Amino acid sequence: MTGRGDVWVKHDSDQERVVQPRPYWNRKRVTTLIWFVALAILTAIVIYPLIWLLFATFKPSSEFGQNQGLIPDQPTIDNYIKVMDGIAGVPMWRFFANSAIIAIAATVGTVLSSAMAAYAFARIRFKGVGIFFTAMIGTLLLPFHVVIIPQYIMFNKLDMIDTYWPLLLPKFLATEAFFVFLMVQFMRGIPREMDEAARVDGAGHVRTFGSIMLPLIQPALVTSAIFSFIWTWNDFLAPLMYITSPEKYPLPIALRLYNDQTSTSDYGATVAASFLALVPILLFFLVFQRFLVAGVATQGLKG
Amino acid sequence: MVTSTAHRVDEDTRQKAPAPHHAEVAVSQKQRHWRESLAGYGFLAPWLVGFFGLTLGPMLYSLYLSFTRYNLFQPPQWIGFDNYIRLFTDDPNFTQSVKITLIYVLVGTPIKLAAALGVAMLLNYRDRGAGFFRSSFYAPSLIGASVSVAIVWRAMFSADGPVDNTLSIFGITIGGWVGNVALVVPMMILLAVWQFGAPMVIFLAGLKQVPRELYEAADMDGAGPVKKFRSITLPMLSSVVFFNLLLELIGAFQVFSSAYIISNGTGGPAGMTNFYTLYLYKRAFSDGQMGYASAMAWVLLIVVAIIAFVLFRTSKSWVHYQGENR
Repeated sequence: MTGRGDVWVKHDSDQERVVQPRPYWNRKRVTTLIWFVALAILTAIVIYPLIWLLFATFKPSSEFGQNQGLIPDQPTIDNYIKVMDGIAGVPMWRFFANSAIIAIAATVGTVLSSAMAAYAFARIRFKGVGIFFTAMIGTLLLPFHVVIIPQYIMFNKLDMIDTYWPLLLPKFLATEAFFVFLMVQFMRGIPREMDEAARVDGAGHVRTFGSIMLPLIQPALVTSAIFSFIWTWNDFLAPLMYITSPEKYPLPIALRLYNDQTSTSDYGATVAASFLALVPILLFFLVFQRFLVAGVATQGLKG
Repeated sequence: MVTSTAHRVDEDTRQKAPAPHHAEVAVSQKQRHWRESLAGYGFLAPWLVGFFGLTLGPMLYSLYLSFTRYNLFQPPQWIGFDNYIRLFTDDPNFTQSVKITLIYVLVGTPIKLAAALGVAMLLNYRDRGAGFFRSSFYAPSLIGASVSVAIVWRAMFSADGPVDNTLSIFGITIGGWVGNVALVVPMMILLAVWQFGAPMVIFLAGLKQVPRELYEAADMDGAGPVKKFRSITLPMLSSVVFFNLLLELIGAFQVFSSAYIISNGTGGPAGMTNFYTLYLYKRAFSDGQMGYASAMAWVLLIVVAIIAFVLFRTSKSWVHYQGENR
């Protein structure tokens, strides 16, 4: 980071170039080039595991353990064909469908219940709101493992083991404080006049929430939806505890079957399944990266 | 900064309470007050049910269970502090689990945050082109906790895997990290450091808010890069450092799925991936010792609470808030 200050000064002074022409490889260009190369190398290192995974899906199973290089000696799509058969008598599409059902339902529940709670915290004044807000912030830091045992006992008593209820019910009850907090922060940034005008015109809180607030906080809703989808899609612990029949497994638990069962015998299928499970997330990321990065950034700065 | 937001709600409520009203409105003021409360509790209803039914209630029940012996089939049997005493005096697996978890948290988190800050400063050097790098670095944070990545990580660090192959170019032979008692924790730390993107994005957003004039003024005074970093960058970023430190420390204590996948749920080799939450899970769901596992959960909760308390307490002396920027 040497000389960072002077570079900034030069940034602003474009006219300087006109006054005194310099050689093409001036100091600024060289620094930029070094900057670019350093970051490109770093990117390559960071992304390499994913590249390796992609290439490994085209290696025949027999090559694992011998050819650990990037490029397969005899590229094949056998792994993908094999993986379609699934595992434990359940076809692969079923795991995808299960994951999609859980993730979509969880996302709807999270966004809806978190937005409602956030509206109450940010815009309605009633007794107890301050205490509840503090409690909500407290749960932001609460280790999830403190509640898993009683929750398990409870869902067991309610006869909900091996159903999706234990995975989805908490999402419809705004238990993930991260999203409530994100939306509260966003709502606070919206001028009160916007919704107070509606209230003066006689709109109740339900109308104000539905037709004024929700449209205004759309970016926060989208960010929350994407995060909620990705986190649920990746979630391992909850389905590991609650889902017992293979035909109800979401992808992470199905992957675990591959991982446990195969030493090197069918490594190709394990790798291909792992990659397929990541594809939806990577696509989401490519499309929505701006929302995600902005969402993370505001989390740390506001508040 | 988390407490400060809580304060703000209180202030809001206080300010608005004695709002001036016209005479005819005053008649219905009580009624309006009622309506507000009704709306408030209505909107908060799902959260309230979740908070009491799925968080606070279970927490208290778990506290009770931690003083019992309970296997799901017979009713809980009160045994006082036995679980806690056994944890700290008579369970080498627990001691081992605490040890590796602390190493993981106390070594991994500073490295991860240092990497995040370093790369953020590098990215902040220039705006054009930085967006692509920022996104690439952020990607691992999104997928890092997934089963797929754990499987890849195990393959990458296996005997003769890509990592070993690369190291052998420099004449270092390792023969696989996963089965190696000394190297499996460093391997897990590397997996955590690989996910430096999320704190990096937060650092970068903080860096963008540092006024450039400060650096320019420091340049005029002839300050070197180290001096500028220590006297400008770090103090201006202190609230962001605080936030990242708090979240990353607490998050690191809860590492679970990657340890589970990498060790096939065993916590091996020799208990070196038997991280705290994995051991807790095994005690509860493999051995059916719900009381014992609940005691573990409460020890974790207390440790996390102490860390948060100490950070908040000491933050007054090292975190500088820029009031106007919030």
